[in-house]
Amino acid sequence: MMRRYQILLYISIRRRCARTHGRAPPNPMRDLPRFLRYFRRRPGAYTAGFCAMLASTGLFLAMPGVVRRAIEELGAGVTRERLFRLAGVIVLLAVGDAIALFLTRRILIGASRDIEYEMRRDLFDHLLRLPPPWYRKNRVGDLMSRAVNDLSAVRMLLGPGIMQAANTLFVGIAALALMFSVSPPLTLVALAVFPVIAIATKVMGQATHRRFTKIQEFFSEISAEAQENFSGVRLVRAFAREKSEEARFDANNREFRRRNLGLARLNALFFPLLQFLVGVGFALTLWAGGRFILAGKLSVARYVEFNLYMLELIWPAIALGWVVNLGQRGAASWNRMVDLWDAMPLPAEEDTGERLPGDVEFRELSFAHGERSILTGVSLRVAAGTTVAIVGRTGAGKSTLLNLLLRLDDPPAGTIFVGGRDLTTIPLPVLRRNVAAVPQETFLFSDTLANNVAFGRPDATRAEIERAVQDAGLAPDVARFPKGLDTIVGERGITLSGGQKQRTALARALLTDAPILVLDDAFSSVDTETEAKILEGLKGAAGGRTVFLVSHRLSTLQNADVAAVLDGGRVVETGTHAELLAMGGLYAAIAERQRLAEEMEAA
Amino acid sequence: MAETPHEEETLGKAFEPRLVRRLFSLARPYRRYASGAVVVLLLESFAQLASPLLTAAAIDLLFSKEKTGAGGAARGVDGFFRFFGVDLHAGHGIEWIAALSILMATFAFVFMMVMVWWTSTMGQGVMFDLRTRIFAHLQQADIALYDRTPVGRLMTRLTTDVDALNELFTSGFVALLGDVAVLAGIVAILFTLDTTLAAITFAILLPMLWVTNWFRKGARDTYRDVRVKIARVNAFLQEHISGIGIVQLFRREAVARQRFAEVNDAHRKANIDSIFYYSVFYPALDFLSAVGMGSIVWYGGGEVIRGRMTLGAVVAFLQYSKRFYRPLMDLSEKYNILQAAMASSERIFQLLDERPSITAPEHPVVPEEPLRGDVAFEDVRFSYTAGEEILKGVSFHVEPGRTVALVGATGAGKSTILNLLLRFYDVTGGRVLVDGTDVRRYDPVDLRKHFGIVLQDTFLFTGTIADNVSFFDPEMARARIEEACLEVGLGPLLARIPGGLDAKLSERGGGLSVGEKQLVAFARALARDPRVLILDEATSSVDPETERTIERAVERVLAGRTSIVVAHRLSTIVRADRILVLSHGEVKESGTHAELLAEDGLYARLYALQLKDREAAA
Repeated sequence: MMRRYQILLYISIRRRCARTHGRAPPNPMRDLPRFLRYFRRRPGAYTAGFCAMLASTGLFLAMPGVVRRAIEELGAGVTRERLFRLAGVIVLLAVGDAIALFLTRRILIGASRDIEYEMRRDLFDHLLRLPPPWYRKNRVGDLMSRAVNDLSAVRMLLGPGIMQAANTLFVGIAALALMFSVSPPLTLVALAVFPVIAIATKVMGQATHRRFTKIQEFFSEISAEAQENFSGVRLVRAFAREKSEEARFDANNREFRRRNLGLARLNALFFPLLQFLVGVGFALTLWAGGRFILAGKLSVARYVEFNLYMLELIWPAIALGWVVNLGQRGAASWNRMVDLWDAMPLPAEEDTGERLPGDVEFRELSFAHGERSILTGVSLRVAAGTTVAIVGRTGAGKSTLLNLLLRLDDPPAGTIFVGGRDLTTIPLPVLRRNVAAVPQETFLFSDTLANNVAFGRPDATRAEIERAVQDAGLAPDVARFPKGLDTIVGERGITLSGGQKQRTALARALLTDAPILVLDDAFSSVDTETEAKILEGLKGAAGGRTVFLVSHRLSTLQNADVAAVLDGGRVVETGTHAELLAMGGLYAAIAERQRLAEEMEAA
Repeated sequence: MAETPHEEETLGKAFEPRLVRRLFSLARPYRRYASGAVVVLLLESFAQLASPLLTAAAIDLLFSKEKTGAGGAARGVDGFFRFFGVDLHAGHGIEWIAALSILMATFAFVFMMVMVWWTSTMGQGVMFDLRTRIFAHLQQADIALYDRTPVGRLMTRLTTDVDALNELFTSGFVALLGDVAVLAGIVAILFTLDTTLAAITFAILLPMLWVTNWFRKGARDTYRDVRVKIARVNAFLQEHISGIGIVQLFRREAVARQRFAEVNDAHRKANIDSIFYYSVFYPALDFLSAVGMGSIVWYGGGEVIRGRMTLGAVVAFLQYSKRFYRPLMDLSEKYNILQAAMASSERIFQLLDERPSITAPEHPVVPEEPLRGDVAFEDVRFSYTAGEEILKGVSFHVEPGRTVALVGATGAGKSTILNLLLRFYDVTGGRVLVDGTDVRRYDPVDLRKHFGIVLQDTFLFTGTIADNVSFFDPEMARARIEEACLEVGLGPLLARIPGGLDAKLSERGGGLSVGEKQLVAFARALARDPRVLILDEATSSVDPETERTIERAVERVLAGRTSIVVAHRLSTIVRADRILVLSHGEVKESGTHAELLAEDGLYARLYALQLKDREAAA
């Protein structure tokens, strides 16, 4: 009867703690079924883990009882052999406990790592399938923070969080029950401090976390500023701004120190406070216990036993506050991850491997980003094997037109046809197989040159890669690299020049041997002469390849079979280079300016 | 975020006298905090160690049936109270002992708090000073240092390496003393209570130390392994999220998925390896402490039977044996902290020891006010690395207010000329003169105040447009900033962008177009009304409208000042007072546009080539 009352009291304390938490950030976990699915996949691990934990708790808490027995028997004239046996029992219990504890950690933390692995894998799978427009709305930094920080917070909840919660529950209940069996009134005295310990941990842990997060934010600011100073060192020196930069840094540095000290002050309070509370707890039980002993209501042996149980309660009490914070952080992080899960992925479509004819038609294509109209009634027919230049001022809609062809944006049905088929009815993998692109901004991976070129066709032979490199005009550069095609590029390897990067990207596109090639201002960093050679080569090697190209350069434009001039989202002129110049319209004007600009570029 | 593991992670010794001396010198301004913390810490250790003694005393003095059997601990406590005139046997003994316990706990609490507060003040202070020193040092360091050191590495010095010292000062030196004090205290007390039992209890220490050492090494290695693996996971993620467009365009999803599974799994394996150490270590400790407890019960109990020890002393032993583990564990942590601190401080000191070679002379010539702006190169030679001469005797003279355009292929030496004029580097031969005086005789900071510069790669800072134009100079008048902006043609932008001059630009001028960024850079140079303007024209193509605005801005900026321009625009070149055609580090031709055409040399041929293109186009 009494014992049950005790446990109820304990549980109600727990619940009260939980309730105050629920209030602070009112965000219950969303998409719980998805969360639980990870657990359900491994029921054995969690059952086994909890069983091991129960065993450990039982064995561990059996020890103080043996100590009490020893002390009791000391008073009743015990033999050394008997004492040796009692000590032996303690050691045996300890062996069992050690094994059970090992299994608990191994199984439960191991399971949380497995779940982490699966969550990260699923998240990446999901990210791979999210459509390009979604990526334009989300910054890489934010996504990384979800995939790294939030995932890790969820993992903490799944592993150490759940383990400590269960441990707190088992040890807490068992130790309290045992304490109660020794002396109910003494237990009540002891209980005066333990809830305070749990609440203190919780409150201070939360405050620490808040301050820490703020410091981290400030830290990224201060580092960004210092980094700018270092990167812009030439400007700082040329403008003789060293002193004011130092002053600016100093102000930030001071603020950073101030905030850090704020956190340190909090930390300075935390552990001493816990220690103090524990100390007070023991002093109180010493006082109360002492009175009971003197009154003959409690034996010294039982008092010692009680003390040993109390020692075991310290950690669960601290862990309780800690676990609650872990749970809150984990839940908040999980909810941020659910935002990602909620984004609609592209449907999975089958790659039939078919090859489309290279003719392309835009039919009365209009397209808008929200309110802003980008393209209006664009109609253009491009026969297979033609090279078509898309010309126009910045913002005329050139890139949007090409993005729609690549389905980086979704065109309305019935406006774009490839090989006579409506673009929206062609499965995405098939379209990707048939349209290769060199985007405006070159992106290469930190990998070998060969792997970068073979990015779209990992099965390509060495000869095929070399051929693509040759066609892209990159061969002479590769010959000069230390390890040729096996040279690693990017952060971990050599830095390529802008022109080399663009030509690598071209080789990558050429290797896919797609019937349609889209070059969006892909040669801006390649010199005119090299560009002309590449384009010449493309025509030879193309063999009926349809090429779309955006460029400002005259030499490039001259190379095209036909040009379409965009202005304000409409096609305003079409024709060959000579025809358009003769027309004396927008094309001629753009060409004239460009010619002037180019004239001196070579000088 | 995504830490890249690199060669800098290798750790060496945990103690290097040379470095430790320098580290101590950093703490000198805070020595009061340090010595205060040590005193407080010793008091705290003392207060902390009292509690088991008090329990022992209570048991022996008050609870035991034979009151004569008080052990050393009990007698000590009894004596303590007698000193204050309190007789524990007079009925309120338990209250006195409990009160003293609470008092000790309070002392421990206050002392500990003060200790952490002082050591943090010291640690944060040392870090603050170091960051200030590193930053200031880098403001004076040679440009050559920046040219050969990646910015990321400089950032590591300023952030990660400095942070590694924090622990050394906050939880390193002082806490080390504290742990030693607690351990010594426990040893002393236990040996006073009973020599043999103390020896038995400490025998347990040996395997504990061994297990801890095993754990420390294993956990550190696996921890590093985990960090390397998570860095790979994050680098992979970062790369594939940044390049998601390429991944999707090239149907690379399946391969990416499979490769990610590999790095992800390597990370999981590394973690599971590290779980092994943790899951063996803690149970092993519990086990050893249980063995210790068993031995105490067995031997101590025997001694109690024989009347050679009191029950209170045995209980005190039990309690102390549970307490000496934490400081021991801390000590082994300290080893890792020290090791990391040594490696970091070595790198920081290395940077700070590097003396700049481009400095002001002892008695610098003060530039004329205002500077006339007469620039001359006299047979200037220069090489970045010995044997590879970039400039092979370049001479030219720019009269005040005139414009010189430098023309030539990449690598001809155009940017080097600008570097030498700004004294980012010093010539290896010949002289660079400003107003007839060798630039090396000026204080570089004084001289540069008269220069304005627009770089090829437009570099803007995080801050408002006004901040960028004034370059964070609080003294520059608002009107001046506005005027400069309007002069270069930023009017339409300021009218359009919310906030105008106070519009926040994100990193590197994000939110502005390439052309607009260039215009802000022009305004920045113009706002200071420099006598000498240095312009490295950007090559990136902009649309014709913007091009026209920029041309006008260039014209405006160059007007009336000595200007040295690395030119790419025809308009700039044609308008220059003189054109220098550079090739392989030498001035091949020099003259006005008309003169050079008449000369029928390199320049004329370049120009003719373009002319042919024009005819073909027409």
